Amino acid sequence: MTTPVLDVRDLQVTFSTREGLVTAVDGVSFRVDAGEVMGLVGESGSGKSVTGLAVLGLIDPPGRIAAGSIKVKATELVGQSEKALQKVRGKDVAMIFQDPMTTLNPVLRIDTQMIEAIRAHEQVSEKAARERARDALAKVGIPSPEERLNAYPNQFSGGMRQRVAIATALLNRPAVLVADEPTTALDVTIQAQILSEVQALCAETGTALVWITHDLSVIAGLADKVAVMYAGRVVEEGPVADVLERPIHPYTAGLIGSVPSRNKRGVPLAQIPGMTPQLSKLPPGCPFAPRCGYSTDPCRTIRPERTPYPGGRAARCHNPLDVPPNTPKADAARELTP
Amino acid sequence: MNATMNADATAPAVKPILSLEHVHKRFVKSLDAAERVANLFGAGLQDQVVRAVDDVTLDIAPGEVVGLVGESGCGKSTLGRIIAGILDPSDGLVRFEGADVAKMNGADRRKADLAVQMIFQDPAASLNPRMRVVEIIGEAPVVHGLIAAEEMDAYVCGLMEKVGLDPATRRRYPHQFSGGQRARINIARALAVQPRVLVCDESTAALDVSIQAQVLNLFLELRRELNLTYVFVSHDLGVIEHIADRVAVMYLGRIVELAKTDEIFEAPNHPYTQALLEEVPRLEAKKRAFTALKGEIPSPLRPPPGCHFHPRCPHVFARCSVDRPGLKPIAESRLSACHLNDETAARPGRTRSAETVSMEAAQG
Amino acid sequence: MTDLTPHAAARPVAGPAAGMPQSAGRPGEAAGASDKGVPPPAPDKGESLLRRHVSSFFESWSAIIGLVLLVASVAAALLAPWFAPQDPYDLANLSIMDNMLPPGEIFGMGQTAYLGTDDQGRDMLSAILYGLRVSLTVGASSVLIAAVIGASLGVLAAYAGGRVESFVMRVVDLQLSFPAILVALVLLAVFGRGVDKVVIALVVVQWAYYARTVRGSALVEKRREYIEAARCLALPRRRIVFRHLLPNCIPPLIVVATVQIANAIALESTLSFLGVGVPVTEPSLGMLIANGYGYLLSGNYWISTFPGVALVIVIVAINLVGDRLRDVLNPRLAK
Ligand SMILES: Nc1ncnc2c1ncn2[C@@H]1O[C@H](COP(=O)(O)OP(=O)(O)OP(=O)(O)O)[C@@H](O)[C@H]1O
Ligand SMILES: Nc1ncnc2c1ncn2[C@@H]1O[C@H](COP(=O)(O)OP(=O)(O)O)[C@@H](O)[C@H]1O
Ligand code: SF4
Ligand code: SF4
Ligand SMILES: [Mg+2]
Ligand SMILES: [Mg+2]
Repeated sequence: MTTPVLDVRDLQVTFSTREGLVTAVDGVSFRVDAGEVMGLVGESGSGKSVTGLAVLGLIDPPGRIAAGSIKVKATELVGQSEKALQKVRGKDVAMIFQDPMTTLNPVLRIDTQMIEAIRAHEQVSEKAARERARDALAKVGIPSPEERLNAYPNQFSGGMRQRVAIATALLNRPAVLVADEPTTALDVTIQAQILSEVQALCAETGTALVWITHDLSVIAGLADKVAVMYAGRVVEEGPVADVLERPIHPYTAGLIGSVPSRNKRGVPLAQIPGMTPQLSKLPPGCPFAPRCGYSTDPCRTIRPERTPYPGGRAARCHNPLDVPPNTPKADAARELTP
Repeated sequence: MNATMNADATAPAVKPILSLEHVHKRFVKSLDAAERVANLFGAGLQDQVVRAVDDVTLDIAPGEVVGLVGESGCGKSTLGRIIAGILDPSDGLVRFEGADVAKMNGADRRKADLAVQMIFQDPAASLNPRMRVVEIIGEAPVVHGLIAAEEMDAYVCGLMEKVGLDPATRRRYPHQFSGGQRARINIARALAVQPRVLVCDESTAALDVSIQAQVLNLFLELRRELNLTYVFVSHDLGVIEHIADRVAVMYLGRIVELAKTDEIFEAPNHPYTQALLEEVPRLEAKKRAFTALKGEIPSPLRPPPGCHFHPRCPHVFARCSVDRPGLKPIAESRLSACHLNDETAARPGRTRSAETVSMEAAQG
Repeated sequence: MTDLTPHAAARPVAGPAAGMPQSAGRPGEAAGASDKGVPPPAPDKGESLLRRHVSSFFESWSAIIGLVLLVASVAAALLAPWFAPQDPYDLANLSIMDNMLPPGEIFGMGQTAYLGTDDQGRDMLSAILYGLRVSLTVGASSVLIAAVIGASLGVLAAYAGGRVESFVMRVVDLQLSFPAILVALVLLAVFGRGVDKVVIALVVVQWAYYARTVRGSALVEKRREYIEAARCLALPRRRIVFRHLLPNCIPPLIVVATVQIANAIALESTLSFLGVGVPVTEPSLGMLIANGYGYLLSGNYWISTFPGVALVIVIVAINLVGDRLRDVLNPRLAK
C-alpha cells in the first residue's frame, strides 16, 4: 500500500475555556491520497475547522494538539517547532478560508503577496515568480491577469478574492490543500466556477484536497470520500456515494433527510430533533444519544467505538442502520428500531 | 375581471392578497462635498443610481408560497422589503387586497402594514439585544391594542408554544438562545400581530442543516394552521424547490422568469434560470466535473444595456445587447424575459440541456 | 439505488414515524402544554447584558484597581466635611501661625498636618479633600449635562437625517474645530469666574463629542434588522427612537463619558491654574496646584505636589475604568 499524502491519526485538540477543558476534536483519523478529494462534513461547532487548522499547525493557545499524529508525505508535523512548520506551511500544506481576507493582506498589492509566497520557499527571480503568479491567476479564471496583478484585494469582488486566495494557496503546488468552506459565502454560480477550478487544479497537480463544508450536496458532486463529524468525532466515513446512499450512522441519515429538495415538497423534512450539543456538556455515552431515534440503553452509557465496515467504511454507533453489503436496508433499519 | 389580475398571468386566478405593479426602487448615492468640488473643475461626476428593483409586476394569491431567487445584489431583499412595507417603492404601486397602500388612510395603512410581516436573515441582529423575549414578542400587539397589557404574558406564552419555544424562558434575553431558537423568536414576534403574509428573507440561511429543517417544517406547519401566505426569498434553490408553489427568478433588479415551481425546475426557459439550476449542488449528484457559467455578476451601478444577462449568456445574439426583453407569456401561466422566445414562433418545450437551446438558437 | 432522496425520505430514519417523540423536534419544548386559562409557567431568570458586562468588567485587575481608587476618591470627596481635619473654607479655623508647615508637623489644636500646610496655614489634606469635591462635581456635572444634550441631538440627527442632520453635524464640526481650552478661556473671560460658569464652559466645549459619538452608533444601529423589524411592526416613531434605538447607543456613550470626566477635571484644573476657573474661595485641585506653584522652587514642595498627585490618581483611576468599559462594552474596539 502506498503511503497517503496526508495521514491523520487519533488527533485530539483541546481548548482551555472558562468552562474547563473542552475537547474540540477527539480521536479523529483519516488519510487522503494524492489527487483524492475528501469531504469533511458537520454542523457548526462540530470541529471541522479545528481539524483543518491542526493540519496546518495553526492551533493557537488556549488550544493545543493534545494527542495524535499528522503526517504529510510521511513527515510528522505534531511537535514540530513553529519555524519548521512555517517551512511546511504554504509549501507542502496550504489552506483557504471562508473569508479570503484571512490570508490576503489588504494593504499589499496582489503581485507583492504572490511573489513573496513563491520566494519564501524557492530561490527564483522576481520576474519568474511574477510570471508564475500571473499564470496562476489565469488558471483560476481571472480575466486580464497581468493588469489584475497590480490591484489591491479590495478592488476585487468576493468571488474574485476567493480565487486569488486559491491561486496563492496553490502557487507552490502543495501536496495537501485544506479548504474551509471557501464557497459558503458565495452565490451558486460563483460557487460552481470555483468548484470547477479547484477540481481541475487539484486533479492536474495531484494535490490531496480536504474540503470542509456543512453542505452535503457540495460534497456529493465534489468528493471521493467523506467523513461526517459530530461533537468533535468522526461518526461515519466512507466513499461519498455509499455514505449518502446508505448511511450507517443515524446522524448521517438525519442530515441527509434534512436537506430540502423538490422531492419532498410540502411534506415535513425528516428533522433531527434538539440542538447541537455544547462540547463542555457532552453526555457520557454516545454524544448523539439525546437526539437519536435509535438510541438504546448502551448508547447512554458506553461511548461507541469506531467500527470498520466492508467497502472502506466505518462508523461509531451501537445500532448501525444499514450494514453493507447486501443487507435489505429498510428491513435492517426497522429491526434495529426500538 | 379585476384590473390587477391580468398584470401577472401566472398567479392563481383568485383575487390577489398583494400585488405589485411596475414597482421600481432606485437608491441614489449623491455626490459628496469632495466630488462636488471636483465637478467645479469639470470632472462631470454624476449621482450614482442603483436600480435595485427595476419594473417588477407580481401578484400574490392568498395561501400561496412565492419563492424569490437570484444571485446576491439582484434585489431580492429590496423587493421583499417593499412587499413588507419597510421600503416604499420609487415608482409603481403596491396593492393590499386591491387597495393602493400609498393612498390608504392611517388606520388602513397600519392594518396593511401589520398584515405583512417580515422574518429576517440574521436571527441575532433582528432581535433587540436589550429587551427580554416577552417584551420583544408582546410589545407590538399591546401597542396596537390587539391585546391588553395584562394579557401580554399569557399571550406571549401561547405564541412561544406555537413556535416550539419553552415559555419558561420568556424573561431571558436574545443572547441566551441558540440560532434556531432565535429564528423561532423572530417568527413568534411576527405572528403576534396576526399577519396574513410572511416575507422570509433568507430566514434559514444562517442556520445549520438540521436546524434549518426544523424551521422549514415550522413554516409549513404554520401555513397549514393559520392559512398564511409566504414570500420566500432565498439564494438556496433547494429550499425554494422544497417550499415554494411559484418561483420568480431575479437578475439585476428584474424578474426574468416566473412560473410554477415544478415547471421551472423541470424545464427552465430563461438561459439564466437554466444556468442557475445547472449549478445547484445536489445530493443525488455523483462526483462530476463542475461546469460553470462564465463571468461575474455585473455591477448594478452599471448594468449592461438590453438584456442584463447578455454578457454571460451562452445564447446571446445581436438584439440582446440593444433591446430589453419584456416578461412575456411563453405558455399558460408562465412568463419569461428572453428574446429567444420570439425567434422561433412555436418553440418546443425546453429541457435543461443547454445544447438543445444552442442548437435551436443556431437554427433560429 | 440511483435516486437517494425519496428513498431516504421513505425510510423510517429520522422521521417522526421512527418513534421519535413528536415534540422533541423543538428545542426547549414546554414540559406541560398550558391551555388557555391555565396560568403560564413561572419564567426563569434572564441574564441581562448588563449582568454579563459587570462580571466581565471584574475580570481585569487594572480595572478593579481603578474602580477601587475611584470609589475611594469619590467617597473621600463626599465625606470630606465629616472626616477632614479642618474646614479649609472657614477662615476662623485658619491661623497664619501654621503656614508652610512641612508634612507631619502639628498644627491648630494639636492635629497632625500629614501633608503639610499652605501659605495661609490651611491643612493640605483637608484642602485636597475639599478640592477633590469641587473638581469631581465640576467634572461629573458638566459631563452629565453635556451627555444629555449631545446624545439627544445626536440620536435626533441620526434618525431624522436630511437637513436636521446636516445642520447639527455642521455645528458639531465647527465646535470641534476649535481647541477646547481656547473656547473655554474665551467663555470664562467673558463670563468671569465661578463654579457654575466653569460647568457651562465645559458643557459648551464637550457636548459635540457626545453628539458625534451617539450619532455614529445610532447610524449603525438604525440599519440593524431589529430597527427594521420595529418599523415592520408599525411601532410609533417615538417608541422606536427611545425604546429601541437610544438604549443601544448608550454603551459607547458611557465609554466616552467616563474618559471625558477625566478630561473635564483636567481642563478645569488647567483653567483654574491659569486663574480663570473656580474662585479662590472654592479651590479645586487645579487651584491648589496653582497656589503652591510659586513655592515649589523655594523647597516647599508639598503645597503643589500633593494636590497634583491626587489629581493624577483620580485621572488615572477614571481612565483605567474607562478603558475596561470600552473593552467590555465594545469588544470590537478592544486591542
Ligand atoms: N439602502 C441602500 N442604499 C444603496 N444601495 C442599496 C441599498 N439597499 C440595497 N442596495 C443595492 O441594491 C441592490 C439590491 O440589493 P438587495 O439587498 O435587494 O440584494 P439581494 O438580492 O437581496 O442580495 P443578497 O442575496 O446579497 O441579500 C444591491 O446592489 C445593493 O447594493
Ligand atoms: N479559540 C478557541 N477557543 C475555545 N474554543 C474553541 C476555539 N476555537 C474553536 N473552539 C471550539 O471548538 C469547537 C469546534 O469548532 P470548529 O472546528 O470551528 O467548528 P466547525 O465544525 O463549525 O468548523 C467549537 O465548539 C468551538 O467553540
Ligand atoms: S450509538 Fe446509539 S445513540 Fe449513538 S447514534 Fe448509534 S443508536 Fe444513536
Ligand atoms: S435575451 Fe438574449 S442575452 Fe438575454 S437571456 Fe435571452 S438570449 Fe440570452
Ligand atoms: Mg438578500
Ligand atoms: Mg440583501
